[in-house]
Amino acid sequence: MTDRTGRTSEAPRSSGPPTATVRRIRLPQKLRNMELWLLIVACIINAAAILLVQLGAMGRIDTQLVLLGAGLSALVFGLHIAMRFVARDADPFLLPIATVLNGLGIAMIYRIDIADGESGWESASVRQIVWSAIAIVAAIATILLIRNHRVLFRYTYLSGLIAIVLLLLPLVPGIGREVSGARVWIGIGDIATFQPGEIAKIALAVFFAGYLVRNRDSLSMVGRTFLGMRFPRARDLGPLLVVWALSMAVIVFQRDLGTALLYFGLFLVMLYVATSRLSWVVLGVSLFVGGALIASQTLDYVGNRFANWLDPFSPERFDQEFGGSYQLVQGLFGLANGGLIGTGWGQGRPDITPVPQSDYIIASLGEELGLAGIFAILALYVLFVARGFRIGFAGQDDFGKLLGVGLAFVIALQVFIVVGGVTRVIPLTGLTTPFLAAGGSSLVANWVIVALLLRLSDTVRNHPRLVIDG
Amino acid sequence: MNRELKRVTIVALLMFLALFVSATVIQYVQADALASDPRNSRTLYESYSVERGPILVGGDPIASSQPSDDDYKFQRVYSNGPLYAPVTGYIPVNGEATGLEQSVNSYLSGQSSSQFFDQLNRLISGQDPMGASVEVAIDPVAQQAAWDALGDYTGAVIVTEPSTGRILAMVTKPTYDPNALAVHNGAEVQATYEGLLADPSDPLFNRATGGDMNPPGSTFKLVVTAAALESGQYTPQSTFPNPASLTLPGTDAVVRNSGGGTCGGGAEVTLADALRLSCNIPMAELGMELGDAAIREQAEKFGFNTEFEIPTVTEPSTYPRVLDEAQTGLTAFGQGDVRATPMQMAMVSAAIANGGIVMNPNLVDAITAPDFSPLQEFEPAEFGRAISEETANTMVQMMVNGVENGAASNARIDGVSVAGKTGTAENGEDDPYTLWFTGFAPADNPQYAITVLVEDGGGLGQEGYGNLIAAPIAKQVLEAVLNT
Repeated sequence: MTDRTGRTSEAPRSSGPPTATVRRIRLPQKLRNMELWLLIVACIINAAAILLVQLGAMGRIDTQLVLLGAGLSALVFGLHIAMRFVARDADPFLLPIATVLNGLGIAMIYRIDIADGESGWESASVRQIVWSAIAIVAAIATILLIRNHRVLFRYTYLSGLIAIVLLLLPLVPGIGREVSGARVWIGIGDIATFQPGEIAKIALAVFFAGYLVRNRDSLSMVGRTFLGMRFPRARDLGPLLVVWALSMAVIVFQRDLGTALLYFGLFLVMLYVATSRLSWVVLGVSLFVGGALIASQTLDYVGNRFANWLDPFSPERFDQEFGGSYQLVQGLFGLANGGLIGTGWGQGRPDITPVPQSDYIIASLGEELGLAGIFAILALYVLFVARGFRIGFAGQDDFGKLLGVGLAFVIALQVFIVVGGVTRVIPLTGLTTPFLAAGGSSLVANWVIVALLLRLSDTVRNHPRLVIDG
Repeated sequence: MNRELKRVTIVALLMFLALFVSATVIQYVQADALASDPRNSRTLYESYSVERGPILVGGDPIASSQPSDDDYKFQRVYSNGPLYAPVTGYIPVNGEATGLEQSVNSYLSGQSSSQFFDQLNRLISGQDPMGASVEVAIDPVAQQAAWDALGDYTGAVIVTEPSTGRILAMVTKPTYDPNALAVHNGAEVQATYEGLLADPSDPLFNRATGGDMNPPGSTFKLVVTAAALESGQYTPQSTFPNPASLTLPGTDAVVRNSGGGTCGGGAEVTLADALRLSCNIPMAELGMELGDAAIREQAEKFGFNTEFEIPTVTEPSTYPRVLDEAQTGLTAFGQGDVRATPMQMAMVSAAIANGGIVMNPNLVDAITAPDFSPLQEFEPAEFGRAISEETANTMVQMMVNGVENGAASNARIDGVSVAGKTGTAENGEDDPYTLWFTGFAPADNPQYAITVLVEDGGGLGQEGYGNLIAAPIAKQVLEAVLNT
């Protein structure tokens, strides 16, 4: 607590000295201790999942993966210890939730590896553990380096530039790679290793937050009223049109509907929160739906996705070799096979569905853990997103609020797009399920989001309302 | 800003709510419908992950599940596959099961409602789920004897127990090896199946209970005789004109007796002699006097035009619906459009042996849970009374005469009184005959009813006849079972 006085002095809006009352309300060690207990529970759940996978799928225990998992847990506790020093007021739920989701994902990827006969350093599960380690180290670095999120505000336009570059990278000849039709990877040699678009979503969130805080007056105050809504001036439409064009470019050139929807949805929500103008949302949704409809008519892959969504069980769609509904239907069969309580770890057949460890990991988990497991996982996401929104509600500065909401919403939207696609709420698009799905870039991006949300929540609690009200 | 935040929060919650609802719809509401989609390979693998119960003959398995290392945890093995193929059928990884594998599948796979609590117990106690075992009525001695006796002929042999309807032997030839259709390679199964399907000898037919059915020929005279005696207007001593040929009314069709001449000597012939010597002309005359309605009624009392579940569903033997006089005359000696399976003709013989009562044919004795508790016992069930006991006794004597000094002489067994009736049915103008024998033994205390069917004239074209080829097969089988 020694540095509290020093930090509060940085806060632009806080006024008045901290009171004795505040000192007693703020009990940061209590938060960290709570986090510690939750982390222990999370690690027990993860260890149990790995052991149950081994017993269910192999009938014996293999210590190698348990040891790797233990190493990963040690890193998570490293992050926890780092927070005891540099973010002691941070939210106690975010880290345990991310840990449990990450661990369940590894257990399921491992389970698919066993079914496919993969093991050792070539297997997806070991790679996922390594990437998780890198991601957690990245999170520790983030929370150590960024002591105050307002630093990011300074780099608003640099973030925007980084986002654009990251998005364009896969289109650069030589390093861009195409995987199952979508050109969203970069790699060296034949191996596609990284999806820069995943990192771009953080840069975009930072850019949107900074840009909107700077320009929201012109975006929200002027314009003319039509049908009871104030619509913006034509010349203020620029940013919206730029982001829309960017999303459409992702759809056309990278053939990635999900990512486009993710970026555009993120932008619209942040724009709405910043400007309070529903008209932006109406305009944006119309633009995107219009663009998507045109794409569904002109681009085969988008058209296929819509057709699969509407009628997956028709024999023509099921038997179509490329772009048919085989995967979607197998995912539904898998979920149905799981029923209410699931088949149990290692007892189902998630390996029948194509890419059961990445895009379809939620169907794999639904098959073996059942509806109960899906509900638990979704509830964890709800809690995670709610903690993020909480930063938005309690935040003191508009940049922090917007960034917190943006980062939390991007997780919610990503879960909705991929799980909604698997469960036929919306057409299926390829996206990773945050923390669960196999994929290094996604892990790094989402763990950095965890670090940023932790940093934001720490700042929020460092400037409690009581101080201002007092 | 917080007002907007609240709205965004609501939107996010609605998005998650949609996911909760959609997951519930798929995993709970639609789960059963999705599981029963024929394209759902998980359901198939699931059905193989349960150790399917065995099918037993005299306590020995003729179909059993052995542990397997592939996607399907168990391999179905048919010991003595070709011999028991018409009983077991097969269960392929793709396509539909047949035989008992299909008809008692819910028991074998452990999915029947009576096994629900048993499976729940096994689940709770950590045991792997297991299907029930099915004990069939087949007598392995009778089955093997029938297989041996039928030799290389195309046809079928069925042996039943007249008092119960239990099927003691069911052999059909040519046949197939169900093991070849139980391999775990769908493409291989498909290729084997298509090969069998294209085989002109139709090995997939169960000729005992179906297939391309044959006219019963003279064996059907038993039904017509029964109808006559039941009408009360005829006795075995009733007489009929005895010409050497008969032109059916309103047609050019000429009926002849099998010998070509008259039926025995004399201007008139008795019903008893007509049946004993298996003459066509007196039977045609009798049939036309009785009319098609009376014959049809009698045939249906024996089980014609009825589908039986043994529990595998059998094809109904047919006596046609509407006939003119000439057609009725033809059916009276088992020609025209009347068609019968060996099982149906065995039911006719068995009913005569059983004092007139037709028993439902049945292949299964008992179904037993893995913990040896009985799930279902099959009690003998009456189909109904076809003829009076008096008519039955009369007909037993007529059939014994047919074997002892009539047209079915080759079924004679020293020291045992055999009752029987042969048949030699015409198909097309130049097509080979279909040869029959149906009967039972011992006549004074019937234990076994047997029907033999030999298609393609037994390789002799139009030279073969029932007493030459079918009767000796019946004799050989009866000797084997009576000596045990």
